[in-house]
This record gives sequence, structure tokens and C-alpha cells, in this order.
Amino acid sequence: MHWAQSVLALRSRMYKIILAIRYLIRCRITYFAVLAVALCVWIVVIVMTVMTGLVGGYKLKNHKFVGDCVVGTKSLVGFAYYEDFIKMLEDTDYVEGVSPVIKSYALAGQPGTGQDIRLEMIGVDPARHSQATGFAETLHYHVDDVSKVFEPREDGGLSGCVIGIDRILERDSNGRYTAGPYPADIEVAVSCFPLTSRGALVKATTGLVNTKTFYYSDHSRTGLARVDSSVIYLPFEQAQLLCGMGGVPKRVNAIHIKFKPGVRLQEGCQDVSSLWRMFKQAKTDESQSYLLDAVTVQSWRVHRRMFIAAMEKEQAMLTVMFGFVGITTVFIVFVVFYMIVSHKRKDIGILKSVGVSNANIVQLFSGFAFLIGVLGSSIGTVAGWLFLLKINRIETFLFERFGFQLWDRVIFFIGDIPNEVEFKVLAVIVLSAIGACLLGALVPSLQAASLRPAETLQVGQL
Amino acid sequence: MKKHDYILQTRGIHKSYRMGATEVKVLKGVNLAVEEGEFVAIVGSSGSGKSTLLHILGGLDKPGRGAVSFEGRDLSRFSAGELNRFRNKAVGFVFQFYHLLDELSVLENVFLPTMVSKSVIGWLGYRRQARRRARELLVQLGLSDRANHKPYQLSGGERQRVAIGRALMNAPRLLLADEPTGNLDSATGNGILDSLEELNKAGQTVVMVTHDERIAQRARRTITLADGKIT
Repeated sequence: MHWAQSVLALRSRMYKIILAIRYLIRCRITYFAVLAVALCVWIVVIVMTVMTGLVGGYKLKNHKFVGDCVVGTKSLVGFAYYEDFIKMLEDTDYVEGVSPVIKSYALAGQPGTGQDIRLEMIGVDPARHSQATGFAETLHYHVDDVSKVFEPREDGGLSGCVIGIDRILERDSNGRYTAGPYPADIEVAVSCFPLTSRGALVKATTGLVNTKTFYYSDHSRTGLARVDSSVIYLPFEQAQLLCGMGGVPKRVNAIHIKFKPGVRLQEGCQDVSSLWRMFKQAKTDESQSYLLDAVTVQSWRVHRRMFIAAMEKEQAMLTVMFGFVGITTVFIVFVVFYMIVSHKRKDIGILKSVGVSNANIVQLFSGFAFLIGVLGSSIGTVAGWLFLLKINRIETFLFERFGFQLWDRVIFFIGDIPNEVEFKVLAVIVLSAIGACLLGALVPSLQAASLRPAETLQVGQL
Repeated sequence: MKKHDYILQTRGIHKSYRMGATEVKVLKGVNLAVEEGEFVAIVGSSGSGKSTLLHILGGLDKPGRGAVSFEGRDLSRFSAGELNRFRNKAVGFVFQFYHLLDELSVLENVFLPTMVSKSVIGWLGYRRQARRRARELLVQLGLSDRANHKPYQLSGGERQRVAIGRALMNAPRLLLADEPTGNLDSATGNGILDSLEELNKAGQTVVMVTHDERIAQRARRTITLADGKIT
């Protein structure tokens, strides 16, 4: 208490507050320092908000695409006994949704055209997959009734498929797709190489692949460029048969898991890992148990790290670049303060002649720098926030008037420019700006404190 | 019975400055003593070291050799904090060029030494009293109608009176004046000297340095400084 009193009451001096404010108002040169800080904060708030929004949005899309945790193997052969493990997972109190998934590569094309393209085939049970991931949200026609997503409109008895939006619709310059009221009547022949549990081609002797025709019943828009341009979702059982995984025991490539609310990602994944080890142990003597060795348990972050890391690296590089902008601000504040201290040598002598200590001189100029930091960052924050508020309108205006777009929507999978200011990011920027001001003013302040009063007062008498 | 023989005493003060490779000896063993209630003028030609001596007496500078005692206490033994308190409470400075803070009003300049010595909370409690005291000083110095002006809005004589008000704010036991009339016309200068005389009559110890013999004659005692020594 005594310590706090001495800090709050004894250390603070009214004249420092008054003089710091008056210096701020009267020294015109400080306006440049305020402007420099404001501009720096303005640009950093905008860039960091946009970049954080993009990275955050990208992570969220990846998270929704795979769920919280993935138990799977990179091998196209897959692993068996998944149903037993799913049962174990469903019996726990931390799992909300589980979805077995078939993943393979397929050749797809309209029958008779001979123009096949390579796609990533994903076989899912739509209802289960929607419980474990954000699959349902990505659909266009069946967003409210995901269980019927593989039922073509013309004939529910046929097999439907969901195609990545960029494989089926064109994107305009505004990044918008124009979908008809119903899915177009498109047949897609999907061919797969079925593999045995040892990784050999099932039909190696005949040289044939498994081919089946599906009917376009919906499209999926995850917002992930690679997914939306290369994915085709098929009904789980049929995908399993196409890949030769429908034998005994049946196989899958992955199990996607969603944890119940409140379950921490790391803890949930650790629990699944422990459960998997137990399961694997129990299956040691079963046939095809060797396939279980290649299975890993990964959180969505780890599972998608290849894609996320690139974005995070870009964000880190951008942060470093704007760190240099911060260094420039420190230098500007340093120069301004150096000039102010040179200009205020007489004042420092006067203050010392009435008993002001060196520490108080440092505090006076540091307080002055603090005010510049607070004022500059406040102006920069408000200006940045206002700009972000209108950033999409500004971009639309620029595009319509001059044809300028920050990101060409035909190329980039970006809808609106992210403009939601995160308090945490803002707090870091503002505190850094104030810190930069204090740092820039530190050396001139120390220099001011070290001035001999007799010398500074003598100067006035020359 | 007096506690100390002298309010201010120096013993063998030496001070030199380095100008490039040359060492310029400004003070060469100055001994002087000032009794409480005295009005002493230190007179000397330009460059004789009188301002340097005044700064050393007021703790604004340190001697190269020798000692300064204030009420029997050696200034060289003061800690930084004690020296700050000494400058704040025990001495008041009046400079030739007034040295007022342009950012503060006349009233604020006067009560600055009190504000410096108080914490924010202490100041809020003491503010009225300090303002009253500053206003009284301004009335005494004939500046009651200038309280809210800025220093640059005042004449030279008025500014010097504000500087005297500031020097007296904390009722210091010693008033040090460095060429207080040096920048003023003779009529205004006389007014300032009248003020110093009146203060001395009221018991204020005053030490003034000047190059002008006629001004020095207004003091009760004159000390001549020549070639860095008291003659």
C-alpha cells in the first residue's frame, strides 16, 4: 500500500502533466510525430486486420472442412475395423460426431466425351459427415436436407454426386457464382482403381477400373481453392465399392471427428490417440491389422498444416515488414524529440533551477512521448476503423470506376475483404505504437536529463 | 542565538572550463561569506566568473575544488534529492533573461516551484493555497492584472518581476539574482532593484551579481570579483 501510494501520489507531479500537454499543443513539430504515428497505426490496423481476417477465415474453412480431429492414413489402401473404432468413439463423452470417409483419386468426365479429368474423390455419409464437419453448410441445394444430397432431382433412385463448385460453375469478376434454381442435368462417369489390402490393383489381370455414372445433385463451396476445384463427393458405400474397400473387412481412409462443445482440441486429440492405441492393441491378431500401423491421429491444425503454414508464413512476413514501418516511426519520433529537446534546453535548465530531478525530466519527456503515442494511435485507429468499415464499398467503387481490384476474384477465392477489427490485434498495435514512441523518446529524454542546468541557462545569456 | 554564523559560505572555490585543448580557469579560490539578511552585490566585469560563482552558490553547478556551505551544511555532501530540494526550497533564482516557461501563464510560472514539490494528490489539496500565495506575490509585484497572461505577452520589466515572484514562491532563505536588471532599461531596472531592496528590508537574504558598479551600490555590501578572485 505504501509502495503504491509512493508511486501514485509521490512520484507523479502535476507540472509534468501540464507541461506535457502544453508542449503537445504548442510545439508544432510534434504534429509531425503524431501524424507519423497515426499513419503508421492506420496502415498497420488495415493490413493486419485484412491479413488476420484472411488467415482466420482460411483456418476456419480448413477446420470446417475436416472437423476437429482426423484418424487416418495417407495410404490409398486405407485401414479396416473402422466400425469398431467408431463404436468406441461414440461411447465416449467427448465426441459429438464421427464420419468415416473414403478418399481416393478418380477420373471423372461426361460419358462419351472422352475428356476425363483427375479429381479427389471423397465418399461420405452426408448426414454423418455433416455432424463431424461443416459439409452441410457448403452445399447449395440441400443445405437444409443434407441426407438427400445424393438423390438427383429427376430420379431419387439414381446415384447423385456433389461436385466442387469451381468444377461446375463459372465465377464472375465479383467472385460470384450464378447457380440455377435446380441442379443441371449432368451425368458424371467416375472411374477408380480399386486396390487390395496389400495395395495391388484388384483388376490387374483385366486392366479394368471400376467405373460408375453419377448424376450431379449439388455442389459444394468450402471457400478453399484446392478443394472447390478438385473434389467430388460420392455416397459412402458406392465410393467404398469403387475403391475396392467394400470387401471383408471393409476399409476406409479416414475417420473425421467433432468434439463436444467445451472439449479442448489438444485434450480431445490426446484422448482419441489413447483410445486408438488401445484399439490397435486389441486388433493385433486380426487379419489386415498391419494396416492400422500407418494410421495417425491428428488435430485439424496438424492435418491441414501444409496449407495453413503457408498462410501463416505470409502473415509472419507481413508482420516483420510492418515491424520495419514501426522502426521508421521510432526513428521519426526520435528525430522529433531530438529537435524538441534541443529547442527546450532552456526549459530544462529552468525546471532544474526550481528543483526538478533528472528522473522527473525523463518522465516529463516520456509523458510527452506517451501523449503523442496515445493521440497518434487513437487517430490512426479511428481512421483505420472507418476505412475498414467502408473498404468493400471503396473497392467496389474503384472496380466499377477504374477496374481496380485488390484481389482479382476470378483468380482468388476471396469474397468480401475481411474488415472485422480484432480487439487483441488492435491492442497489440496501439501498445506497440505507444511503446515505439517511448522508445524513440528515450535517448533524447535521457540526454535532456543529463544537461547541466548552468550550461543550458548560460546559453540563453550568450 | 544563531544556529550558524553565515547562511552561505565558500572556501577556496575553483572552477575551470575546457575550451578545446585549452583549460580556462574561471574561479581561482573564491572565499566569501554571507550573513542572513544581507544584501550582497558581487560585481565584476564580463567574463570574470560571477555568473559561474552564482550558479555554484545555488547548486546549479559544482566547483572543481573548494566547498560551499549553506547554513553550515556542505553542498557537495548533498545527495541528488537533497540538492533538488535545496534548489526548490532554500534558494530562489532570478536570471538576467528571466527564464520563464512560455507554455505556462504568469500565475503558473509563479507557483511552479510549489507545484514541482507536490505530488498530484498533494497539489490538488494545496492548489488553492498556492494560487493564493502566487496571487499575493503578483499583487506585491504590481502584476495582479497579468496573472493569466503568457510571459511573451509581457514587457521585460514585467517578466523580471514574474521571475522574482517565482523565486519567492517557496519563501527561500536565499535569493540569488544574476544581472537582474541587465536586460532592462534604467527606469525598469530601478523598479526591480527597489523590489529587491524592499525584500531585503523585510529580512530576505539577497546575493546579486552585476557588472554595473552603480547597481551594485544599491546593495548593502559589495564584493568585487576580478581575475577569478575576490579582491
